[in-house]
Amino acid sequence: MEMQFMLLFSRQGKLRLQKWYVPLSDKERKKISRDLVQTILARKPKMCSFLEWRDLKIVYKRYASLYFCCAVEDQDNELITLEIIHRYVELLDKYFGSVCELDIIFNFEKAYFILDEFLLGGEAQETSKKNVLKAIEQADLLQEEAEAPRSVLEEIGLT
Amino acid sequence: MSDVVEKTLTALPSLLSLDSHSGSTKLSSSSKLGNLIRGITELTSKHEEEKLIQRELASIKEQVSSPNTSMRQMKELMVRAIYCEMLGYEASFSYIHAIKLAQQGTALEKRVGYLAVSLFLNESHELLLLLVNTVLKDLQSTNLIEVCMALTVVSQMFPKDMIPAILPLVEEKLTHPKEIIRRKAVLALYKFYLIAPNQVQHIHNKFRKALCDKDPGVMTASLHIYLQMIQENPEGYKDLTASFVTILKQVVAGKLPMDFNYHSVPAPWLQIQLLRILAFLGKNDQSSSEIMYDILEESLRRAEINHNITYAILYECVKCIYTIHPKSELLEKAAKCIGNFVLSTKINLKYLGLKALTYVVQQDPKLALQHQVTIIECLDHPDLIIKRETLELLFRITNAQNVAVIVEKMLEFLRGNKDDYTTIDLVGKVAELAEKYAPNNEWFIETMSTVFSVGGDTMQPDIPNSFLKLLSEGFDSVEEDRKLKLFAVDSYVSLLQGEPGKLPQRFLQVISWVLGEYSYLRGELDAATVLRLLAKLLDTKSTSSETKSWVLMAMTKVCEGGVGVSVAQEVCETYSSSLDTALRQRAQELQHLSQDRDLRAKVLPREAGSEPLEVDSSLSFLDGFVSEALAAGAAPYKPHHQRQEELAQAKALSMEPYGLPISMSSCSIADRQSPTLLSVSSGLSGDSPSLSQKGGSTTPKLDGVKRVWGRQGYLVQTEPVEESDLVEVTGPLQSPNQQAGADGPPSQTPTLKPTPQPEQEKQQLASSLFVGLGSQSSLCLMGKPEATTQRFRRKAKGPVLSSSTGEQISNSSVSASSMANNLLCNDLLDSNITSETAAPSLEQTPQLSRDLPAANGACAVESTDRDVKENSASLIGDNRLVAADPAPRGDRGKLKDFSAHLPAEFSGLCHSDISPLASNQSLDVSACHVQKEDSLVLVVFMYNSSDDAIPHILLELRSDELEVSCEGDSPVEEARSRSVAVCQYSLTVKKPSVHVEVAGTVSYQLPVGTSQSVQFSYKLPLTSFIRPLTVSTEEYGTMWLDFSHDTKQKLTPICLGQEPLMDTLNVLKKKLKLHVVEIIGMEGIVACRVLRDQPCLMHCRLHAGALSVWLRSPVPDLPDCLMYHCQRALQEH
Repeated sequence: MEMQFMLLFSRQGKLRLQKWYVPLSDKERKKISRDLVQTILARKPKMCSFLEWRDLKIVYKRYASLYFCCAVEDQDNELITLEIIHRYVELLDKYFGSVCELDIIFNFEKAYFILDEFLLGGEAQETSKKNVLKAIEQADLLQEEAEAPRSVLEEIGLT
Repeated sequence: MSDVVEKTLTALPSLLSLDSHSGSTKLSSSSKLGNLIRGITELTSKHEEEKLIQRELASIKEQVSSPNTSMRQMKELMVRAIYCEMLGYEASFSYIHAIKLAQQGTALEKRVGYLAVSLFLNESHELLLLLVNTVLKDLQSTNLIEVCMALTVVSQMFPKDMIPAILPLVEEKLTHPKEIIRRKAVLALYKFYLIAPNQVQHIHNKFRKALCDKDPGVMTASLHIYLQMIQENPEGYKDLTASFVTILKQVVAGKLPMDFNYHSVPAPWLQIQLLRILAFLGKNDQSSSEIMYDILEESLRRAEINHNITYAILYECVKCIYTIHPKSELLEKAAKCIGNFVLSTKINLKYLGLKALTYVVQQDPKLALQHQVTIIECLDHPDLIIKRETLELLFRITNAQNVAVIVEKMLEFLRGNKDDYTTIDLVGKVAELAEKYAPNNEWFIETMSTVFSVGGDTMQPDIPNSFLKLLSEGFDSVEEDRKLKLFAVDSYVSLLQGEPGKLPQRFLQVISWVLGEYSYLRGELDAATVLRLLAKLLDTKSTSSETKSWVLMAMTKVCEGGVGVSVAQEVCETYSSSLDTALRQRAQELQHLSQDRDLRAKVLPREAGSEPLEVDSSLSFLDGFVSEALAAGAAPYKPHHQRQEELAQAKALSMEPYGLPISMSSCSIADRQSPTLLSVSSGLSGDSPSLSQKGGSTTPKLDGVKRVWGRQGYLVQTEPVEESDLVEVTGPLQSPNQQAGADGPPSQTPTLKPTPQPEQEKQQLASSLFVGLGSQSSLCLMGKPEATTQRFRRKAKGPVLSSSTGEQISNSSVSASSMANNLLCNDLLDSNITSETAAPSLEQTPQLSRDLPAANGACAVESTDRDVKENSASLIGDNRLVAADPAPRGDRGKLKDFSAHLPAEFSGLCHSDISPLASNQSLDVSACHVQKEDSLVLVVFMYNSSDDAIPHILLELRSDELEVSCEGDSPVEEARSRSVAVCQYSLTVKKPSVHVEVAGTVSYQLPVGTSQSVQFSYKLPLTSFIRPLTVSTEEYGTMWLDFSHDTKQKLTPICLGQEPLMDTLNVLKKKLKLHVVEIIGMEGIVACRVLRDQPCLMHCRLHAGALSVWLRSPVPDLPDCLMYHCQRALQEH
């Protein structure tokens, strides 16, 4: 059930997050995301959440102004991929507290950290919501501890 | 939850325009990233954005390379660089700094560094090598978070060659007290397993420990590895079946901690993973399947909540139930479940339902009947993906009776389709169906014309190739053959008279070839007319020069008579001065041959298409020339890939990780300058045996020496494939397609004219789509996966209509009887269908596959003179379903001791145990392999346990990895009652693989008339094909330099006494039959070959308690396979 890649983009077609689990050249990546963004934005709301694209299956879902889109192999189970997307949204929601597109735009590196904790190498790594968030928070804690003294120093102009 | 998110998110766009402080309190409003993002949102044009980003990138670039930039600032810069890359602007200057950040930063900076690396680089990027040291350091860190980060990046991307450097550290983490570390380590090993399976082979038992881990997360992670390993080798893990079932039982019963629940469904991802594993384990294995039945039923029952996630599990469950050994009640429940999907109003579920149906109709075509109304509705669904999946489903249920309607539906879709990928796929499928089930000539030619026009130049080149091959080889009936060709000529002439400029190039090439070859068949068609039509193509602007070559070639074949010659001359004048050398050549040929009638008849004889042409693909006639050149000092030829590799090696960094480089110096390898005859003399270059195999088996499509050059570029790519097909198919196969044409069932031609009532129209469509889906239809369905047989099916179609030529007696009997059979089945089917449509409720219970053989048998009894062969084709499917019934290993009691029947010539040789492979009521099949010095012989024993003699037993073997050739006169044997028939086959390796497998079908006819077949497969390790290769050290040296495929690995040597190297090599010599060439100090060189002539060399060196082994061979994959066996041999010792 290995995922090939995941893209997040806005209704205006702006890419918000991209994670590639298969080695592809920069050029291919750009072409794929351009193609897919175009195709998906053109689809009507009541349509199937799955589509065929080359030899891959694309599974996508819209959450407010954001589209989440994943590519899996043809024989994979599209429904479970749809739920992977949903679980990711749940994680983001829990972490940011009612997530909105802005959170993801301005803190995209956090969104990546959460994704890496949830999916590793295209496979679901940890499906317990609690465990994923615990791992992220621990790492964040480290960050704050390290950051705090520095910003104080910065404030008094010592750096 | 999603509602909440949606609500918050809908409020978003308005927020974007607000001031930053109210926009999000979480952002530091002064952050540079924040400024950049806000800056971009304020812009209105793409152009302005570009300017802004370029400015941004320039400033980032300046700062990252400044020595004063702190790591903390670097982190911030990196985030901005990632953002720019996401917007599509290249920031490759920052890649190296990302690596630096991961290396030098503190934990939190590292985190961003690693993230940037994983986003910027992919696993083949050369900069990744610089990360190895950092990873190594972090894996040893006492800070858990650093270890986590290192493991995360390793599981996403890591250079394959560097795995040995970090493997011990990752392995160590499997016993780490923290579950998150254990889990990540397991996933990292999974990644290693995917990219370099033999490197993690030694830790298989540790995987088992991970499977038993007390933390469910670690256990779940280990399932990824198991799924992969079981998919590759289900036999090796049967003992775990019960464990997986137990785990699934516990999960389904809700024994896992609550936080693994997802929408109150317990650990759905885990459930799905387990169901997939069970499907692999239960496939063709009754006893394993029986362990699963309970839990599968439980899973079906438990999944009640109406939520996507339960449907996802159900889908996987249904797939599993249809994959493993069938159980009727379960199948029934699964079928009902599919019904819920298909009938759902939710489009996603409907789609998955269609997908599930597509999967299961291969085994139970009647399921499609139950849902015919839905299927027809889906055919007109506005969402293309639904339509597409429906066509896929129809493709699987196509038979000789509904082919016309289904193909029409597919073509309809194709005409409106714009996506190249879909076109290529569907066009291929239409062509396949057309060749297999064409009801008549006209339909076939017309359909293929549509295929060529729609498929255009994107379609797979083998479609036109195989079409032309079919035409040129013809089939058994001369008359029928002629008609097909004539029809093709007629329809192409009229196409050319229309607007040929609009036709795709490939189609024009087909047309030219056909007209060139066969236009003479249409007597009243003047050669000059054809020539003019062809000449018109030359004048068309859009015609490519490749097509022009085809056209000129065709003209050369046709030109005749005064007018013809003058048209030809005109053309020649234009093209003999063309800049394109190929065209000029062609024009010259046309000029000369059009003037010399006799010469033309000699060079381009008519009707020579079927005569085999001898091609010396090894080019051995050049050997003299080559050795002369070598003697004169020329450098020996190196194949392209080898040159590339050497070039790459010269350029690339040394990949040897942290070990001392292996030195070859002490082995006194012959220097590179010495002219090596090895690489020249045909056959020794390793690739060439297989090549000559392919090429040697004639190229029936070419009918004159010139022709080879005519389409050289075109043929070269595709021919080998077809050739190998040709070799495999040994006899005529049944042709169910022709009688339909002969008897012309007019009712089944598409009836899509508008009728007043749409309902009626749908019903009509239904009856034409689902015709032939009774139980007997398995006959047509089962042959399908073997793409190789189809085009030859057509070959048998002739005799139905005309008397065949004397020599093809067996053929004619095949098709005559097959006609009887099919007609009979048609009758049965028709009655079946009426009853089924009338009373669908009766059909609710899916017919068990067990019914199939019975029905088929009944069919066969009436047509007593069916050929054995034909039945083997039709019964394959039945056996697949019921095959596990006789329980391959179950009834040992019946088996005799076959060793007495081992042919006398093998008495002194070492042979494997005789293992029972398959059996049914009357026949038990067993086999063993015998190691001869220069070959490996597979001996198949067939014991007739019935009271009647079986006159003809036909044994067919096939294998992807092996070349199988029959030893002895014929593969047909007879077995008297209670006695044993023995067949011998010589096996050689075609494509190395760790384990190789031969699949076989035994088909025979019982005296009472029913035909039977038994399927089996025989697996043997590559080691049985290894023979010592006796070479001198010098020869070894020369060969070593010539071989291009290699692999390196460190193994654990065996230590018995003082000399571990000697001991290890002796073990390998004994177990794998290698030849030890020489041992010098701590280094040893060893050689072997894999039957027949695939050499492999080994160099090993003992250093610091480890044995560095380096294997080289001209054959791809061989070193890897051998490494696997060496490792095994040493481990087992």
